[in-house]
Amino acid sequence: MFLKFSLHSMFYGAGGGNDIQWCFSQVKGAVDDDVAEADIISTVEFNHSGELLATGDKGGRVVIFQQEQENKIQSHSRGEYNVYSTFQSHEPEFDYLKSLEIEEKINKIRWLPQKNAAQFLLSTNDKTIKLWKISERDKRPEGYNLKEEDGRYRDPTTVTTLRVPVFRPMDLMVEASPRRIFANAHTYHINSISINSDYETYLSADDLRINLWHLEITDRSFNIVDIKPANMEELTEVITAAEFHPNSCNTFVYSSSKGTIRLCDMRASALCDRHSKLFEEPEDPSNRSFFSEIISSISDVKFSHSGRYMMTRDYLSVKIWDLNMENRPVETYQVHEYLRSKLCSLYENDCIFDKFECCWNGSDSVVMTGSYNNFFRMFDRNTKRDITLEASRENNKPRTVLKPRKVCASGKRKKDEISVDSLDFNKKILHTAWHPKENIIAVATTNNLYIFQDKVN
Amino acid sequence: MLSKGLKRKREEEQEKETLAVDTWWLDPSLPAVAQAPPPATSSSLFDLSVLKLHHSLRQSEPDLRHLVLVVNTLRRVQASMAPEPTLPPMPSPSAAPCVADSLLASSDAALSASMASLLEDLSHIEGLSQAPQPLVDEGLPGRPAGGSPPSLGALDLLGPATGCLLDDELEGLFEDIDTSMYDSELWAPASEALKPGPEDGPGKEEALELDEAELDYLLDVLVGTQALERPPGPGR
Repeated sequence: MFLKFSLHSMFYGAGGGNDIQWCFSQVKGAVDDDVAEADIISTVEFNHSGELLATGDKGGRVVIFQQEQENKIQSHSRGEYNVYSTFQSHEPEFDYLKSLEIEEKINKIRWLPQKNAAQFLLSTNDKTIKLWKISERDKRPEGYNLKEEDGRYRDPTTVTTLRVPVFRPMDLMVEASPRRIFANAHTYHINSISINSDYETYLSADDLRINLWHLEITDRSFNIVDIKPANMEELTEVITAAEFHPNSCNTFVYSSSKGTIRLCDMRASALCDRHSKLFEEPEDPSNRSFFSEIISSISDVKFSHSGRYMMTRDYLSVKIWDLNMENRPVETYQVHEYLRSKLCSLYENDCIFDKFECCWNGSDSVVMTGSYNNFFRMFDRNTKRDITLEASRENNKPRTVLKPRKVCASGKRKKDEISVDSLDFNKKILHTAWHPKENIIAVATTNNLYIFQDKVN
Repeated sequence: MLSKGLKRKREEEQEKETLAVDTWWLDPSLPAVAQAPPPATSSSLFDLSVLKLHHSLRQSEPDLRHLVLVVNTLRRVQASMAPEPTLPPMPSPSAAPCVADSLLASSDAALSASMASLLEDLSHIEGLSQAPQPLVDEGLPGRPAGGSPPSLGALDLLGPATGCLLDDELEGLFEDIDTSMYDSELWAPASEALKPGPEDGPGKEEALELDEAELDYLLDVLVGTQALERPPGPGR
């Protein structure tokens, strides 16, 4: 049993602190400080095997990286991620009825589990979800009877013999084609998509409604949650995120701008306006301020792989909830508590509205989320240790171990510490992803994608 | 301070005060409370929130989450400011209580109106294809010119430039409005002059200031001139 535990730690890592040493592996994206708006990364997602890593950007493009097969000789590092496919997923549109431009920014990407040789993913902007098929072509037919190699048709009278075309290998070509377009179902801005464990349906959520789709059917979707008040003047709360349970195909959760999470069971009724469970932590009276509601607004909700827990991210903290306990989270981790005294300034410059995402590692033992100054944080649920790391080109030698960072909240700043006032609030890490099986993480700064791995020795 | 944020052009002291007060004013039992005036801090937060709200409402498609959170914060600030009847006298802003009150009163109305109309617009737009008529009716004259944007905004969206199917109907409607406004300008007594017509000019303004006698004289002259040009009609 002891041996098993050690092996488990070795493969899945015991988290931050001294157990794992995170090393720089790669960085993707432009080097210059002048960030092109279209290059701003808006979503990052590993596929189910971890072999593929997809990013979406503000320009509506999707870039997929593929991990190269491990070199058996060079076992000191895992395979690198190289560009596999790039395609334009969404284009800017104009809604003539409302005289509004629809942004092409990709809000979310979600991979479907692989069923055959091709890969499928869902990508969405504010209004439209698309199912993309990514397939490889590494051979082509040659030796047509009626066509020349360049495609020109031969004069039939010159054909004297018949032959059977054969497949010959060619340079690998990766093609992406849109297979389904799910449109016209959302009045408000889509913030989440989540594929059901039945692998046939998925949900899409906007500020006020959640719709259920079948992957094969594009002209119909079912509304399963609607929180729009009859009188819009009474609107005080919006939906911020939604996700299906990883194992129960009838269960999903959605979070709100007031810091609540509702768990719904689709078997109970067609319209899940009445929740089965309501998760909410009572407000701490000593921390009450005018900004209490804003900082309690949940920006992301993610189920653990096991399905027993869910994690929520609000402005200052990450909370782990046990699905069996609604009145408070079982664990709370402070991401950047030193910002609590700066809330007014952060309200002024709108940083308080930033939406940070969070993610689990493969074994649900460590959680990760981003912060400012290109810092990101990891919390080990078992050891209760946490670590702050920085995504920066300064440490860009492969296999360089990242140095832990520390922010000095007040008082005398120690050497190597950074004071709160020197933090760059324009450098925010909103999107992070963790490989489903290994200790490989993808961290997105404004326009660069960093890949870090644990030190393998 | 925090770098690269949107900064208002206020004094550093006020900003520092704002940052510093984030924690102390929560607890009224602290001695520091007696020194600095809470209403000034609340009112600066109020102003900031109103500013954000207006900025948000001016967007073609406001971020609903941002809007709702700002409005809720504004309501909280309003609620905390409301029960302040008299305030400790302050050097320059002796009118501060009045300002705060009037700001509350006017902003509250304007705020509710703006919020309500925007949100109503959002819901109207949703049902637009089903019920265009009621929307159009609301936008017709009867509203003071000053408050025009909210509901007429939806009408603007249906303007000819956007290529809406209801084009012809609306063109006709706009023509009607123009004509009626033009007519009311000429024939209404000066004292009842309403919104200025589209062809606003110095002549029109002067006409509005004429008294009834002068107006009658002018009309007689006009009628007389017309009578010279053509045979007098039955009604005149």
